[in-house]
Amino acid sequence: MRKYGKFAALIALVIGALLWLASSGVNQTKTYYKTIAEVGQMGDRAFDQRVRVAGDVESGSIKRSEGQVRFTLVQDKLHLQVAYTGRDPLPDTFRDGAQALADGRMGHDGVFHASQIQAKCASKYEAKPSQLRAAPALPVNKTS
Amino acid sequence: MENVASLAVLLAFCVAIYALLASLIGRLKHKPFLVVSGERAVYSVWVLISIGSGILVYALVTGDFRFSYVAEHSNRAMPLLYKVAAWWGGQEGSLLFWSWLLSTYSAVVVFTNRRKHRDMMPYVVSVLMFVQTFFLLLNNFVSGPFKMLAVEGSITAVQDGNGLNPLLQYPAMAIHPPMLYLGYVGFAVPFAFAIASLITRQPGDAWIHTTRRWTLVTWLFQSTGIMLGAAWAYHVLGWGGYWGWDPVENASLLPWLSGTAFLHSVMMQEKKGMMKVWNMALVSVTFFLCIFGTSLTRTGLVNSVHAFAQGPLGKYFVSFLAITIAATVYLILDRLDYLKSEAELESVVSRESSFLFNNLILLASCFAVLWGTLFPVISELSIFGGEKISLDKEWFDRLMIPLGLFLLLLTGLGPLFAWRRTSFESLRRNFQWPGIASLVLIGVLVAAGVRNYYALIAFGFCLFVALTVLMEFYKGAHAIGAKTHMNLLRATVELTHRNTRRYGGYLVHMGIVLMFIGFTGAAFNQKDVKELNIGDTFQLGHYSLKALDLQNGDTPVYSWNRAVIQVSRGGDVLGTLEPEKRFYKASRQGTSEVGVRPRLNEDLYLNFGGMSDDGQRAIIQAYIFPLVSWIWLGGLVLIGGTLVCLIPSKVKLQYARTEVVGIARNYAEVPK
Repeated sequence: MRKYGKFAALIALVIGALLWLASSGVNQTKTYYKTIAEVGQMGDRAFDQRVRVAGDVESGSIKRSEGQVRFTLVQDKLHLQVAYTGRDPLPDTFRDGAQALADGRMGHDGVFHASQIQAKCASKYEAKPSQLRAAPALPVNKTS
Repeated sequence: MENVASLAVLLAFCVAIYALLASLIGRLKHKPFLVVSGERAVYSVWVLISIGSGILVYALVTGDFRFSYVAEHSNRAMPLLYKVAAWWGGQEGSLLFWSWLLSTYSAVVVFTNRRKHRDMMPYVVSVLMFVQTFFLLLNNFVSGPFKMLAVEGSITAVQDGNGLNPLLQYPAMAIHPPMLYLGYVGFAVPFAFAIASLITRQPGDAWIHTTRRWTLVTWLFQSTGIMLGAAWAYHVLGWGGYWGWDPVENASLLPWLSGTAFLHSVMMQEKKGMMKVWNMALVSVTFFLCIFGTSLTRTGLVNSVHAFAQGPLGKYFVSFLAITIAATVYLILDRLDYLKSEAELESVVSRESSFLFNNLILLASCFAVLWGTLFPVISELSIFGGEKISLDKEWFDRLMIPLGLFLLLLTGLGPLFAWRRTSFESLRRNFQWPGIASLVLIGVLVAAGVRNYYALIAFGFCLFVALTVLMEFYKGAHAIGAKTHMNLLRATVELTHRNTRRYGGYLVHMGIVLMFIGFTGAAFNQKDVKELNIGDTFQLGHYSLKALDLQNGDTPVYSWNRAVIQVSRGGDVLGTLEPEKRFYKASRQGTSEVGVRPRLNEDLYLNFGGMSDDGQRAIIQAYIFPLVSWIWLGGLVLIGGTLVCLIPSKVKLQYARTEVVGIARNYAEVPK
């Protein structure tokens, strides 16, 4: 049985190392998903936790200035000011009305400082009928 | 026309159910005519879905904007290629495409096995048609592609459609989904054979021999699909990333990892009769992950930039997965007696053991990726804290880099270990020089100032594996050359042709090595962002970039802005790059066309980030990506190697199974 002991030891070593990497990694890199309302409720914890907030980009709110981009996220009528200071280019899908995810930390100035922005390809959401640039047309289900 | 299409797909649903039942009942009640009619029904399903799909593609190409799907995913101005690609560019169409591919595969399976495996085939057909029925259920009743646009009950067309998502209007992206789907859907076939083999209590490995080639082709499609996706992300998204551990990317990687494990572990069963339960489990897991991957993009389970719309599909996929998983687990447990291993492990330093660890690492990676992908869902459960937490690239890198490096090392070690046990002498003979050479390389790199530990280890391992593979080719070719007086090159071809599986496999490993070299290059990326007026210059690394001109223009599909940047190094002008920003009119969405100067040692990559707020200066994002071309090169070698594996060997090799354990144990040392 000694050789099975060796196998067991090696396998345990590999899995152990992996578990250690995974669990210690979680604490260092985790990002909380929060709604805008929940960010408000987090209190002081919001200042030292990495948070990911989702919302729609308010139309006309995108302001680009030297070194940063400011905009407002809207979700369920709650607004959140976001300042993006990251160096990566904003995705092409980021524009008025797009669904965006902002990763970052809440600042003491009440502005959310994002280091990363993801925007959902709006066209991958099925277009709503009203978005068809034509006479108002409603899809009806002919098939089933 | 739309009625014909709907009817065809509805009929396909009925016929698929018939094929499922006829095969099953025919087999159980021993009614051959029912079995045959079941097989013919498979062909009819293919014809019917083809009619439905054909009409959808025709509508897309001719711009029949009465179809809601056409209006959303096509427009008049798009090139033909993208009009056809719109078939799989949206939710409903891509599910129909899935169905169509499955029916095509099923028809091919029925045709090629029309005189083989008569006892298993009815079950194979049943399993395939069960899956087919599920997807046709979605096509017909949940996510129908043939919905029409109508105002107050009468069908109307819109003037023009939205067009395919501009990010997808890129050649590699147009064929990326079909490749991935071919891979996803293809694993249904080995799975069906495995289940049929379980049901009929086959003692042997018939299902493995029959589906080996099939699995390999499927794996090839999957690999190609993943590579195309990476190449697309690199060239289109504008920040030079080829992999971001996005849930959708992960979804394509998961079945690839378990499929790779399966391809390796079947060798253990073929040659030693070991790991039979494991192989059954692996092929099933791979199939489930394919279904899971298909559902991940469609159900909104996790947030992703690439996901399709969230819809009511989730519960269907969950039910389907639950039923198939439960049935498979029951079958495997019930048939355990037929899956007994014929040999056992003997030494930690043996081929068997290297396969074991290869599988362990691949499955561990698979599990880690799955865990990370689902973590936002898992962490919401109260036992894990109840707060939704996402894990990002950092977490994945932390886990996957060590796992990848370990796997890379095994790639070099495994194939050179002998079966059963390896003597110290053979270890020394095989690994001495590659080992020394890679240590020297690491030494040189340290002396040159490289301090990134992972990069050092990665380069060392890459050289080690590459040398072991080259030595294998050289040794074999040299022996043949000496015997037959061929030159070394011809002897290498001859060698490969004699055992395509082995040497094709080595080529695939070589491809993996090249890709790892490319991945490692990412440790040395450089980037900078500058706002440039015409005539401005800035420096990145050893490149000097000068803005020559800013242009703009218009085409029927999109309008564009372009920066003309002159690249020079040490005073020599190397040429110009023209990064471009496009604005697609139909979908009112922008895309980036980056300017890349690809070279083997590094890519210079420029993205036009847009105009500054005053509209005077162009924002240029410049990057240097060392060694990134090696990834694409490695991908090509991997594809080539897999193709070599698919060529039948010139010499028909008979693998005699080694003796049963009881006898083997008596040897203290394996006689040479």
